[in-house]
Amino acid sequence: MPLTKEVLLDMYRRMLTIRHFEEGITELSKQGLIPGTGHVSIGEEAVAVGSCSALEEKDYLISTHRAHGHLLARGADIKVILAEVLGKATGCTGGKGGSMHLSDFSQHILGTNGIVGAGINIAGGVGLAIKMRQTGQVCLGFFGDGATNRGTFHEGLNLAGVWKVPTVFVCTNNQYGLSMPQCKACANIDISARASAYNMPGYRVDGTDVIAVYEAVKSAVTRARRGDGPSLVEAVCYRLRGHSMRMDQMPGGSDYRPKGEVEDWAAKKDPLKIFRQKLKELGYLTDKAAEQIDAECQKLFDDAADFALNSPEPKPESAFQWIYAQEGVK
Amino acid sequence: MPQRQVSYREAISEAIKEEMARDDRVFLMGEDVGILGGAFGGTRGIYAMFGGERVLDTPISETAIVGFALGAAMAGMRPIVEIMRVDWMTICMDEIVNQTAKMRYLSGGHPEVSLVIRAAAEGGIGLGGQHSQSFEAWFAHVPGLKVVMPSTPYDAKGLLKSAVRDPNPVIFLEPGVLYGVSGPVPEEEYVIPLGEAEVKREGKDVTIVAWGTLLPKTMNAAQTLAEEGIDVEVIDPRTLRPLDIDTIVDSVKKTGKLIVAHEAMKTCGVGAEIAALVQERAFDHLDAPIQRVATPDIIIPVNRSLERFVLPQETTIVETVKSIV
Repeated sequence: MPLTKEVLLDMYRRMLTIRHFEEGITELSKQGLIPGTGHVSIGEEAVAVGSCSALEEKDYLISTHRAHGHLLARGADIKVILAEVLGKATGCTGGKGGSMHLSDFSQHILGTNGIVGAGINIAGGVGLAIKMRQTGQVCLGFFGDGATNRGTFHEGLNLAGVWKVPTVFVCTNNQYGLSMPQCKACANIDISARASAYNMPGYRVDGTDVIAVYEAVKSAVTRARRGDGPSLVEAVCYRLRGHSMRMDQMPGGSDYRPKGEVEDWAAKKDPLKIFRQKLKELGYLTDKAAEQIDAECQKLFDDAADFALNSPEPKPESAFQWIYAQEGVK
Repeated sequence: MPQRQVSYREAISEAIKEEMARDDRVFLMGEDVGILGGAFGGTRGIYAMFGGERVLDTPISETAIVGFALGAAMAGMRPIVEIMRVDWMTICMDEIVNQTAKMRYLSGGHPEVSLVIRAAAEGGIGLGGQHSQSFEAWFAHVPGLKVVMPSTPYDAKGLLKSAVRDPNPVIFLEPGVLYGVSGPVPEEEYVIPLGEAEVKREGKDVTIVAWGTLLPKTMNAAQTLAEEGIDVEVIDPRTLRPLDIDTIVDSVKKTGKLIVAHEAMKTCGVGAEIAALVQERAFDHLDAPIQRVATPDIIIPVNRSLERFVLPQETTIVETVKSIV
């Protein structure tokens, strides 16, 4: 896919839609309208959009607890996703999964996950199915830096490497596992270096640069589709908000970072600011057009909020639906 | 014509072969399931028949084995996974309990997670504390899973074939000491529906619900007791989730007495659940307190006489029956 003006502006729109969505739900959460919690990815939008832009329609996606951006980048219906975050009947699981369990099977988004590191093996298994059926698809599996210290990372990447499954592992290194800085959690902060242990290519890219992410993931996807096996892409960025909306609302819930660190990253490495500037330099975006796109993306969220807030609550009996698939021999 | 005799392990491999031949979405993966044919021989001959593309030997990576199988199932395959021993399913409990069991519910009812996880269970062969346990209660506690534990070659084959065809995840537990035991298995194809108990022996004096290794021990005990004039009814639930409680309750209404016998630890075992259900549904029919025959809360020792001492035996069952009849 050549990165034409249209393609780049579409990527920008998607990044901005994610930003408005997550700023919007943060406000809804403060109003007490969101059950439980939710994990926003403000500062990580370039990883979501850059990665998903490298996929074809038929490809699969597996993601994490911090996945609103991945769903929106992949083209899931913003109304359905917001309704799910709000726990409404019109959400993708009818309000039973919430923010951590988003999916859109019509778009091959096979689900997100509440357990850190659990999606890595699942993404490998989707890759195994693709390989066995020779369908020419690819599975992209997102996870964070925190997941790379779980055993599932080692077991999953090793087996994916042994079997050469067409899975692309994308690590969003946002530098924190809840309050734990990555530099204190990983003996070697270069996560991509671990790829050599699993006999696969490793890429370490600036995760605030959507084009850099796209190029790396695109190479990995091409390799996987060719039948040459998995890759590990580490996209280094920064989580500009706290671990979760709920924790950010707790007194002291975001006090674990050095003073000025968040502000510094926000000023220098906000992926939206960087990309906007780049588009202007390329002559693809004027201030006026930027304002208009901003208003349009905000409206996408406002309309979704209108839909979701006015959606019905799930019926009590729906709680018992979907525990088991229908009985019977097929 | 006398019926064909087949060992439990042969019944397992026959079921897998037939289901792999029937449905090309079915494949086999796990440690040593391929060229070796399984650490306990349950997958012998399958690699030779279907090759390495559908019979996948895995590294010692339990979380990857179940996690990959789940991913493959979500993309439309129907994996049969072997975790060598139920003891080691503890290593991949997240993949089983938080992922596999909940995937359909947490995905808006979309994927059919047709996935069988087989494992050897129970003790009796001197393998010690980390190779002798029986965790059927752990999995029966989890909505989204089905739990099957057959005690005869005939049941093992028919139930495994149903498990493979089931659109839900099934934990399939195979009592290790029974692998070499043979029984009648017909040549012709058959399946046994999940969730149906079987009355293995009719009687009128006392009902014993038993499964796994305790089923043959109970059948022997029933024979001994019959010679002393005590008429025992023996029920094998075969599937522990969903549990066919109706068959058990009907029997208790007839006999008025219930013993549940399993090799798993007594505390919080499935026997406790069955006792609770029966007193809820047939309290007025009970003529004696419900008894449990189970392994006391202990770590299974290796020494032959110690192991024999702690695991319930035929004599334990006989004594328990006599205490309430």
